[in-house]
Amino acid sequence: MSTDSHEITVTVNGTSYRRTVESRLLLSDFLRHDLLLAGTHVGCEHGVCGACTVIFDGAAVRSCLMFAAQADGHAIMTVEGLAPDREHLHPLQESMRDCHGLQCGYCTPGILMTMKVFLDETPSPDKAQIREALSGNLCRCTGYQHIVDAMQLAAERLRG
Amino acid sequence: MKPAPFRYVAARSIEEALQLKAEYGDEARFLAGGQSLVPTMNFRLTQPAMLIDINPLAELAGVKIDAAERVRIGALTRYRNLERDPATERNLPLIHEALPHIAHPQIRNRGTIGGNLAHADPASEMPAIVVTLAGRLRAQSMKGERWIAAADFFVGALSTALEPDEMLTEVELPVAPLRSGACFMEVSRRRGDFAIIGVACTLRLDEQGRCAEARIGLCNAGDGPVFATDASEFLVGRKIGATEIEEAAELVQNAIDPGGSIHASKEFQRHIAGVLTARALATANERARA
Amino acid sequence: MATRNFGAPIKRNEDARLLSGQALFVDDVELPGMLYAAFLRSNVAHARIRSIDVEAARARDGVVAVYTADDLGNYWAPGPLLVPPPPIKDTIFNQRTQVPLAKDKVRHVGEPLAVVLAQSRYIAEDALADITVELDPLPAVVDLEKALTDASATIHDGVRGNVAAHVRQSRGNYAAARARADRVIARRFLYDHGASSPIETRGIVASWDARANQLTIWDTTQAPVFLRNGLAGMLGLSERQVRVIAPFVGGGFGPKIMLFYPEEVVIPWAAIKLNRPIKWIEDRLEHFFATTHERGQTHDAEIALAADGRILGVKDVFLHDTGAYNPYGLTVPINSQCTLLGPYVIPNYDSTFTAIFTNKPIVTPYRGAGRQHGVFVIERLLDLAAHELNIDRAKIRRRNLIPPDAFPYNNEIIYQDFAPLSYDSGNYEPILDKALEMIGYDRFLAEEQPRLRAQGRHVGVGVACYVEGTGIGPYEGAKVQVQANGKVNVATGIGTQGQGHFTVFAQIVADQLGVEVSDVDIVTGDTDQFYWGAGTFASRGAVVAGNACNEAAKAVRQKILKLAAEHFECAEEDLEIANGEVSLVGVPGQAIKLGALALKANPMRGAVRPGTEPGLESTQYFGPPGGATASGVHAMIVEVDPQTFMLEVLKYVVVHDCGTVINPLILAGQIHGGVAQGIGNAYYEQLVFDDDGQLLNASLADYLLPTALEVPHMEIAHTVTASPLNPLGVKGAGEAGAIPVGPLFAQAIENALGLLVQKVELNEIPLSPNRLFELTAKLR
Repeated sequence: MSTDSHEITVTVNGTSYRRTVESRLLLSDFLRHDLLLAGTHVGCEHGVCGACTVIFDGAAVRSCLMFAAQADGHAIMTVEGLAPDREHLHPLQESMRDCHGLQCGYCTPGILMTMKVFLDETPSPDKAQIREALSGNLCRCTGYQHIVDAMQLAAERLRG
Repeated sequence: MKPAPFRYVAARSIEEALQLKAEYGDEARFLAGGQSLVPTMNFRLTQPAMLIDINPLAELAGVKIDAAERVRIGALTRYRNLERDPATERNLPLIHEALPHIAHPQIRNRGTIGGNLAHADPASEMPAIVVTLAGRLRAQSMKGERWIAAADFFVGALSTALEPDEMLTEVELPVAPLRSGACFMEVSRRRGDFAIIGVACTLRLDEQGRCAEARIGLCNAGDGPVFATDASEFLVGRKIGATEIEEAAELVQNAIDPGGSIHASKEFQRHIAGVLTARALATANERARA
Repeated sequence: MATRNFGAPIKRNEDARLLSGQALFVDDVELPGMLYAAFLRSNVAHARIRSIDVEAARARDGVVAVYTADDLGNYWAPGPLLVPPPPIKDTIFNQRTQVPLAKDKVRHVGEPLAVVLAQSRYIAEDALADITVELDPLPAVVDLEKALTDASATIHDGVRGNVAAHVRQSRGNYAAARARADRVIARRFLYDHGASSPIETRGIVASWDARANQLTIWDTTQAPVFLRNGLAGMLGLSERQVRVIAPFVGGGFGPKIMLFYPEEVVIPWAAIKLNRPIKWIEDRLEHFFATTHERGQTHDAEIALAADGRILGVKDVFLHDTGAYNPYGLTVPINSQCTLLGPYVIPNYDSTFTAIFTNKPIVTPYRGAGRQHGVFVIERLLDLAAHELNIDRAKIRRRNLIPPDAFPYNNEIIYQDFAPLSYDSGNYEPILDKALEMIGYDRFLAEEQPRLRAQGRHVGVGVACYVEGTGIGPYEGAKVQVQANGKVNVATGIGTQGQGHFTVFAQIVADQLGVEVSDVDIVTGDTDQFYWGAGTFASRGAVVAGNACNEAAKAVRQKILKLAAEHFECAEEDLEIANGEVSLVGVPGQAIKLGALALKANPMRGAVRPGTEPGLESTQYFGPPGGATASGVHAMIVEVDPQTFMLEVLKYVVVHDCGTVINPLILAGQIHGGVAQGIGNAYYEQLVFDDDGQLLNASLADYLLPTALEVPHMEIAHTVTASPLNPLGVKGAGEAGAIPVGPLFAQAIENALGLLVQKVELNEIPLSPNRLFELTAKLR
């Protein structure tokens, strides 16, 4: 079966990238191995675990269910774009650390991206709303409780 | 799991998309939300030679109400936009109630109503709702367009009446009328999983409080969305109370032929269909009277 | 010591990197010229291999090589037995271990037949479809009882009845106990466990530098040292030529300590043969077949009781599914056998198991490692006894608890560490008391339950007890060094998959050396930095490696004091170490920074006294004489919809005793995570195999991991009975959360629906709405 390539221009974390991609290259693989933004992780490649979640034109989406070619002309934020550097973490990241909301850290970037959008849209969520927003991200280590705590703390901090 | 090779085109117009589809037929698939299609491609269960990306076609998205009080939803309308539109609850209460059960927020951010309907998974909520509401679906091709009644659209598991050169472009549904109540209920293992059984029902009452119209539909109760004709007709003309509801629930159980799965035996599905029909009718009835 | 970190909820050192996407996982390794591997796997559970034709695959553009078993030549060999059977009398053990690529026969769906190396994983997967395999299918061995019969197919030549092992252990005289019992209750129990499903699957990158004669391997392994040693031997290299790095690993839970997986053996070999770095990342579909599981056991158990509910004895005969091969020996069923005894006095015990080969993936430990199965049996037997004898469920447990003055408590039978099962310390009744108090047990049964039932709500309470053997040997080691910049470096051989080792070990060392936790840099899982140690498993990291870190830090502390005493010309007792410096007590201004002292300890010129070791560094090892026994009680209130059998956990309580607590925040995380996996095990997860050995739910859409909506909020409390077996008094905690959840669900659901009085019993795990519907059929 034949394949083809496409030239795409995509903005990731504010930086514009121009690349040529094979049609079938998944957006998750493009981010990780072409742009070397390996913070976005791959857990299942069928859209269930949420580890690959990125922010695409302002919405949280599964990057394993998109092709890089589709990203042409669009803007993406990955976990690398959340904070300027390790010493100046975003309140979401700080809260996760303060509440021990991560253990192995593999699902964490996907959760950060999901919750960034969620907290931007729902600045004062209750625990039930947080759990619901979190339900599309699987974590096998934490049992979710500390993540929920972290999100409440982050919401508080973001509200100032 | 990486997909097999394919060629990709980002369509610049509906015409271009239809042209390509006419050329490739079943060898090409439209890429809308991709939330159902891409997993099957990653598993290599589906291997289209050509992917026609219709996401750039903004004219295919959007919700409007026409002069005849029908809601017209563009096929490319994403679930997320239906969720955020305050009119959804008012005009399409069944959809409003079903949306939180559909997968997860991230899936709903990309998934489209048209993509879901064209995918025609018997366990999906939308086909059952569209059938319950007796909606119409608009199919376009290079040859023209036609409207397909919901009852005729779903012909089998993952199979629709769409011809190889056709694209689903619009769904037309009635606005919820006065003195009506609707209810969607689903049992699934986890929130967002495919339903073990889902029930969608609408009840319209006349001025005397008797049932003027009843429509009961189910998902995952057969090889496509199931419209429970006997149960729906049974309720018409009656004052709906516990006895009527119980009888209707039993009629639904008799009407369906669920396939069973590792999560639920046919008997359990049948049992749940009865339980949910009763509960959904009771709720719809309350809402109709409110 | 002025700095006090031990016992404090210190934030983790490793988090900034993980949170900013700057932590290296195996798939993040990018090397120039890297090739990508894909394995062709059997889609049949049991078959003879007639032929494998890879020529078309080799010819595909972008494919560099394709190998089958024949290509491996003398390198091809069954893997080593990782855990020999413990020295138990009359044990039958038939060793049959996995092979790098199948030859002659395939024995489970997913067993690798060939490997493709290509320019990308995409192309490699394309090439898999080019390979033609001719298999002669054989009947699949799936059911445990049928596997034993003569009518069954035989998976391994010479292994009649597919018997992988047969072990009997006993203490006391069960027959005599039974004879004098007032009540004997016998039942069959089915306990199924599942796939660990870490969010990161397995992976390996192997890079051979032919000029430096050096092999570097990144692997998601929990046992980097033994992986290095084994691979070096297999590849004909010396150990120092092989460096294994377990970088950040996205969850282990047990199956990542299985060693010499086919892929782990093939990829390094191929990297050397092709002189190209090779990456293999397991995808989620593969993970269901290629990574080990735990699975099911069938128990025919009986309990002999006195009229007051005291246990006189227990007898258990069980079948254990070990899968197609048994490289991990008997660890899982031995754990089941031993942990059944729980926190109870069971003076007479007769336990026999038969481990059976099946045409399914290999079974090796997964969080709990077989303990769940044993705990289910004893907890269910007690529940049934409570019902029959009309004794409250909590009371019957209390009556049988080992009293606090009975420790060390010797259960006599042999445990997974080859030593007699001895509980080092424990005080079980206060744990039960606390759990009952926190869940409001008495008030719930007396007031809330009847009140809610009158409203038509079916709510029930459950309580389950368990012990967990943790912190077993053989040993771990640590090297601690104070560096010239005043920061402390610690290297240990153990690997890390999220347990917070970078912080927990740092806390221990920081307290000994009077520095900030954030100034202690921990290196784990890199055999170039430290190459002794067994790995992360059996809830032993904090206990064994933690104590090794403590011993090494203590030794460095002694060196600091000695050198500082020389420097200040004073006695060591006059010195104090705090805030990164050594100072003379009561003499302000007389202090030397640790970094400066380290410089002094490594002079560039001059003479030193004979016997001096340079620097402020020490390597120490710790090997406990036996495992430390943690314990706990879980309690839960659950509501069940009597029509749909959907359930909601209204309240969940864990009271846990793991001895001295190093970091309560990290400990809570371990418990939460364990309970979440326990809930998955109890009500959501099941690997469904059909009669042909096909796995019907090999995806996360159908293998149901609990989400934030299925896992409840948990309340946790601790008691502390320190372990006398190590200086820190710690016990392990990694698996505790997962162990008693199965019987807890069964008991609580029975209580909610009033099943026992209606003669419906829940003697199997997992349960589900569908299963509850089936089991309650006779009530409708």
